[in-house]
Amino acid sequence: MSQSRIAASFAKDSNRKLLVPYITAGDPNLDTTLDLMHTLVKAGADVIELGIPFSDPMADGPVIQAACERALKNNVTLVQVIETVKRFRETNNETAVVLMGYMNPVEILGYKKFAGLASEAGVDGVLTVDLPPEEADELVAELDAVGLDSIFLLSPTTPDSRVKHVCEKASGYIYYVSLKGVTGAANLDTAEVASKVEHIKSFANIPVAVGFGIRDAESAAAISVTADAIVVGSVLVSLVADHGDNPDQLHQSMFDTVNAMRLAMDETGAA
Amino acid sequence: MNTAVESVEGNLSQQYPDSRGHFGIYGGSFIAETLMDPVSELQEAYARYRLDNEFIAEFEWELKNFVGRPNPLYHARRMSEELGGAQIWLKREDLNHTGAHKINNTVGQALLARRMGKKRIIAETGAGQHGVATATVCARWGMECIVYMGEEDIVRQAPNVFRMKLLGAKVVPVTSGSRTLKDALNEAMRDWVGNVDDTFYIIGTAAGPHPYPAMVRDFNSVIGKEIKEQSLEHTGRLPDAVIACVGGGSNAIGAFHPFLDDKEVELIGVEAGGDGLETGRHAAPLSAGKPGVLHGNRTYLMEDEAGQIIETHSVSAGLDYPGVGPEHSWLKDIGRAKYVAATDAEALDATHKLCRIEGIIPALESAHALAYAMNIAPSLGTDKNIVVNLSGRGDKDINTLADIEGITL
Repeated sequence: MSQSRIAASFAKDSNRKLLVPYITAGDPNLDTTLDLMHTLVKAGADVIELGIPFSDPMADGPVIQAACERALKNNVTLVQVIETVKRFRETNNETAVVLMGYMNPVEILGYKKFAGLASEAGVDGVLTVDLPPEEADELVAELDAVGLDSIFLLSPTTPDSRVKHVCEKASGYIYYVSLKGVTGAANLDTAEVASKVEHIKSFANIPVAVGFGIRDAESAAAISVTADAIVVGSVLVSLVADHGDNPDQLHQSMFDTVNAMRLAMDETGAA
Repeated sequence: MNTAVESVEGNLSQQYPDSRGHFGIYGGSFIAETLMDPVSELQEAYARYRLDNEFIAEFEWELKNFVGRPNPLYHARRMSEELGGAQIWLKREDLNHTGAHKINNTVGQALLARRMGKKRIIAETGAGQHGVATATVCARWGMECIVYMGEEDIVRQAPNVFRMKLLGAKVVPVTSGSRTLKDALNEAMRDWVGNVDDTFYIIGTAAGPHPYPAMVRDFNSVIGKEIKEQSLEHTGRLPDAVIACVGGGSNAIGAFHPFLDDKEVELIGVEAGGDGLETGRHAAPLSAGKPGVLHGNRTYLMEDEAGQIIETHSVSAGLDYPGVGPEHSWLKDIGRAKYVAATDAEALDATHKLCRIEGIIPALESAHALAYAMNIAPSLGTDKNIVVNLSGRGDKDINTLADIEGITL
């Protein structure tokens, strides 16, 4: 099998830290999501995390909960989210796309069918928040069979014995949750994150991304000193909440926010 | 299916769940990474203390002296005569301190939290019974108590909200999603993720990530153990059937578990049929749902075709939950327990009958179990004994009952 889009993104330029924006698919509708994906790429995104809306997003703060509710008002389904990736691939074959969500929609669709549809549509990796590696054997096997990466989380509470185990199981990248809390919480300690990321890197032979609590260019740049990639979500999803009914404003603010992070990260990298 | 039953025969009560909390394909630990560590800490603590003689002795002392156990297994003679068939026996969990079985579990988990050095307790509640039982044990042992409750339920269950506050708990309204029990559970999980170091989450039903389903079952198994002893004492034999209502299923699993290996005892769980299973407006995942993953475990759920959790309906707030404890899902699949539903109307009718015929006001939840017992008793011989777990008293429901009858209190 040829190199995956995720691996290729990380391999492209060893000085460039990857920027991984998250948006919830279908918020406020799937056409907007598709347009936003292209805007994110223009602003400097390397990988896009596309949220699968779920009725009970237990690991998410109020911002992403509200995004799920907006998407579900239009009955957005996992199959439709996958179809949106397929439409994205009509004009973009480089930017990796990771589906991020909760187990139940995947469970109901069926692991094999999900893996098949996702791979066919051009999805590159899958991250299910409420699926720890201990319960993941069957899904990982199906994803593996079609060449999709299984991305797992590590958190500040993960003991070393588990860090090792999770690193062995994960592919694509490791997603380090930078704080004890839900998405969008705001108590990030840059120095502590840096030392933890260094520590994880001693176990991992794949890149380490950091997310949860990164809200502006400054924090993105600071974390990117040690992390291989920066994930940013709630702050972008708030833009959709604020400007969802005004496409021009939405795309402009999305571009500005992401591009500012991109520039700050590049500057930090060059310094 | 038969093969599955064969292969698990003989040790149903001892062998399950497995070391990672699985009951067949159900149960497990489907949680975010941040919770894995506190959950393993809890697994280790529970595995240790459940076999610790001092812990067990203290738990039993509290059940006797604080909760008021054992409570009676009461022969409802007038009700039995009126029905003209099987003898109806009521397990009087309604006579426990705080008025329901919920206190059995909160006492157990509070003792565990104390041993683990956790001083901040969080809980979710629907009808408010688990919230009151949690606030009670927190007051009893001087622990901080935060209860998450759906905004909708706060309105429906105002007296219990006030009770919790009297006991010193902070009640946090949950405004996300459907603003009921499932959303309160989501919010409690979110609190836990943000406060893992000092916080113990007392889950109120036999669901959630391992070890909760087994732990909540074990703390409530005193119900089934007493039913067993008291049946032998009163009738010289085990009952022919044990019937309990099932929302999350904590009172039912507590009543059923000691009988799992007594195959001659029929175990029947009664879910909330709401307006009727055919209307879709109910809370009966075992009767009309399908397996999925929610709140840390794989189990039967009320969900749509895309895997979104759907809103439930029941006249009783305590049964208004889209999931169910994973052990019930397993007992259903292997055929050891049978699950049926009683509608709102049937439960209300049973409530009124028990009030008038036996002088006992049952909780609307428990009235579902009673309604099914009243359905089947007439067709059974007078020598048959049916135990109904009267899981709670109905004082909390008088506003609901009055509303239905158009009466302003």
